[in-house]
Amino acid sequence: MTTPLLDVRGLSIALPPGADRPLAVDNLTFTLNPNEILCVVGESGSGKSMTAHAMMGLLPHPHVRVSAGSLLFKGRDVLTMPEAEQRSLRGGRIAMVFQEPMTALNPLMRVGRQIGESLREHTSLPAAGRRARVVELLDQVGLPNPAELADAYPFRLSGGQRQRVMIAMALACQPDILIADEPTTALDVTTQKQILDLIRAIQAERHMGLMFITHDFGVVAEIAHRVAVMRHGKLVEYGAASDVLNRPQHPYTRQLIASVPHYIEHRADHAKSGPALLVAEKVRKVFHVGGGLFKKSKTVVAGDDLSLTIHPGETVGLVGESGSGKSTLGRSIVGLIKPDSGRILFEGTDLLSLDRKGFRPYRRAVQMVFQDPYASLNPRHTIGDIVAQGPVAFGENRAAALTRARELLAMVGLDGSAADRYPHEFSGGQRQRVGIARALAMEPKLLVADEPVSALDVSVQGQVLELLDDIRKRLGLAMLFITHDLRIAAQVCDTIAVMRRGKIVEMGTAREVFTHPRDAYTRSLLDAIPGKGWEIPADLRHGPAGPRTVEASA
Amino acid sequence: MNANSSWVFWRAFARNKGAVLGLVILAGVLTLALFASVFFPGDPWDMATAPFQPPLSDGAPLGSDMLGRDIAAGIAHGARVSLLIGLTSTAAALAIGVTLGALAGFHGGWVDDAIMRFTELFQTIPNFVLAVVLVAIFTPSLTTIVAAIAIVSWPPLARLARGEFMSLRNREFVQAAITTGQSNSSIILRQILPNSLSPIIVSASLMVATAILLESSLSFLGLGDPNAMSWGYMIGAARTVIRQAWWMSFFPGLAIILTVLALNLVGEGLNDALNPKLARSRG
Repeated sequence: MTTPLLDVRGLSIALPPGADRPLAVDNLTFTLNPNEILCVVGESGSGKSMTAHAMMGLLPHPHVRVSAGSLLFKGRDVLTMPEAEQRSLRGGRIAMVFQEPMTALNPLMRVGRQIGESLREHTSLPAAGRRARVVELLDQVGLPNPAELADAYPFRLSGGQRQRVMIAMALACQPDILIADEPTTALDVTTQKQILDLIRAIQAERHMGLMFITHDFGVVAEIAHRVAVMRHGKLVEYGAASDVLNRPQHPYTRQLIASVPHYIEHRADHAKSGPALLVAEKVRKVFHVGGGLFKKSKTVVAGDDLSLTIHPGETVGLVGESGSGKSTLGRSIVGLIKPDSGRILFEGTDLLSLDRKGFRPYRRAVQMVFQDPYASLNPRHTIGDIVAQGPVAFGENRAAALTRARELLAMVGLDGSAADRYPHEFSGGQRQRVGIARALAMEPKLLVADEPVSALDVSVQGQVLELLDDIRKRLGLAMLFITHDLRIAAQVCDTIAVMRRGKIVEMGTAREVFTHPRDAYTRSLLDAIPGKGWEIPADLRHGPAGPRTVEASA
Repeated sequence: MNANSSWVFWRAFARNKGAVLGLVILAGVLTLALFASVFFPGDPWDMATAPFQPPLSDGAPLGSDMLGRDIAAGIAHGARVSLLIGLTSTAAALAIGVTLGALAGFHGGWVDDAIMRFTELFQTIPNFVLAVVLVAIFTPSLTTIVAAIAIVSWPPLARLARGEFMSLRNREFVQAAITTGQSNSSIILRQILPNSLSPIIVSASLMVATAILLESSLSFLGLGDPNAMSWGYMIGAARTVIRQAWWMSFFPGLAIILTVLALNLVGEGLNDALNPKLARSRG
């Protein structure tokens, strides 16, 4: 075996006193070989990004520092090197791609100059040579018109294009090691596939060592040679990708893999009964962006000719990439947005024709669960208050509403004392449970869930999905489930509507859509699901935390 | 706020040593104002001793003015006027500014346009000039001075409140309040207002200082309430004899500087303690 490119031995990173644990990273040991992709997997707070930041010298000094261990790059310890040498290593021999392409580029600097900066720092190329190299790099990462693009400012590029620019920047000095910190998390699934393909191709071509940090086992299955699983700063499992993915040993790895949504199975067809609960007909919404007294505004069509039907007890999935207009439709149904035309019939009444007063009774019937559990609860109110506010607004006795709130909190799996505490005392998953309890307090018939789990870790995701499914069954709720993740949609939805650029391109039962997609776009979405070639080990398919437990008993 | 979070707040505030000093000075000024008639019984306008007595002379620890009035008594009674005007005019400005800003930010659209154009109308006129004009038109008295100061100082508060309301208006917890059928007034008062208070409190505390300065400037120009002893009036009256009797303008000036400085320090401390507001780090 060749000497490893990177040899991390007993690395510990100390957090400042008062943090939730003393060590962000605890006694971490792993190696990265040339021409290898090492995936570091873990949930938020597992210390995976901290490890990468330690390597790049990005730890927030002096609060967070390496307290023990060594980081050997080709046999030399990076941590004890003089500062100047460390600098020439970073960006030169070790490069990094960040998660958020929207903020990782300087908005006031042309793309080409940003890439050229590390060339100027680390090579002796003249200006013209640098320019030629930049164009070449942009071409290599698959950007169209590289010469023209080098003069563009970042705001003109899409998220995927910016991530390509970031990759070009990292590749500028032909590094030996590329560290990618969740480089595709902020991207749409089809863009994610393109970027993953690109990273894999470049890695193979240059025989780089690639350390790829991710939380998504689908992505791991897609690209990893070796996998390191981290939890609470400790390495819990480390081995070849095929071993970890197919024969996971550690209970935590098993739990993580069991909670990965997998789209292979889907629900049996939903038996539609009775008249439709909600019918949306040709809903259209145009947003006017900018503009003023003397300036014409730009129009953006968020939704056009949107029609869909939800029956009692049915879960309809609205799937699409960002900007496809799926949230616009969801928000129109709960009355947060007024569409320009079309009809939304709830039990036969057109909600759009009603005035504020007439609409009010229907508010109770249609409730919403929001995406961001951190923004959707008022930080100044107690949990009990938050849940009880709705019924109180509808004239219920406050004491009765608070009692009911406690019952609901118990129903969503929070204990009674939660009612007297404030949102900041709860984790993301718990807050999302509060959000669900708040919606249920209104005794709705239809629940609109707008990406309810996309801000949560995968193991928590599973629990929240399970809760939603349980509640749906117990209360016979109909649900409109908005998501960008087809795997999750496959798990929870009876019917799927695929949206693209403000239009529904395909709608059918989950079985139809997943097995015989009719639209080319649906096919490309299905094709882009990461890790579809990987089957979750059979013994984990009905795993402890997986939502499949519910399915299995159904 | 529960007991725990108010303690956290106090600790964050106390971390700023300047703010604590400001609070101490302010407490001193407040005591002086409250007990002015105990410390210095009698009318501060009455002659107490011989004119032009320098500081530390008998019966006038800080000296006396050209009519023999006690400077120390004037400062103590003036503290009353200054604080009263500072606080009431800020309260009035808050009432106007936050109400208009909240309505503009919450409703948006033409309501926002109308209110903001109205606000800009006030912002285009120089503050002090407008205050002078208003007081001059409505004969100087405590009420008119308070009204004039409030009228010239609400626009920044309105803009601030509007900005806060606009950004909070689109937060998910506000949308959740809409979908659970809460009324507009309950959303404005119970959901948004408590979350937008921090920056408003901070700028209001600074505004008290500005109001005190404005009042002093008005009195300096002779537009103060003729029946109320005030720091600005004392300086204004003494300016002609500043070369013979420096103490007549020095001590009231010092009082203004200390009070304004203290208010600014407290405002800064509040800013440190309240922003970032109920941050996640506290959880």
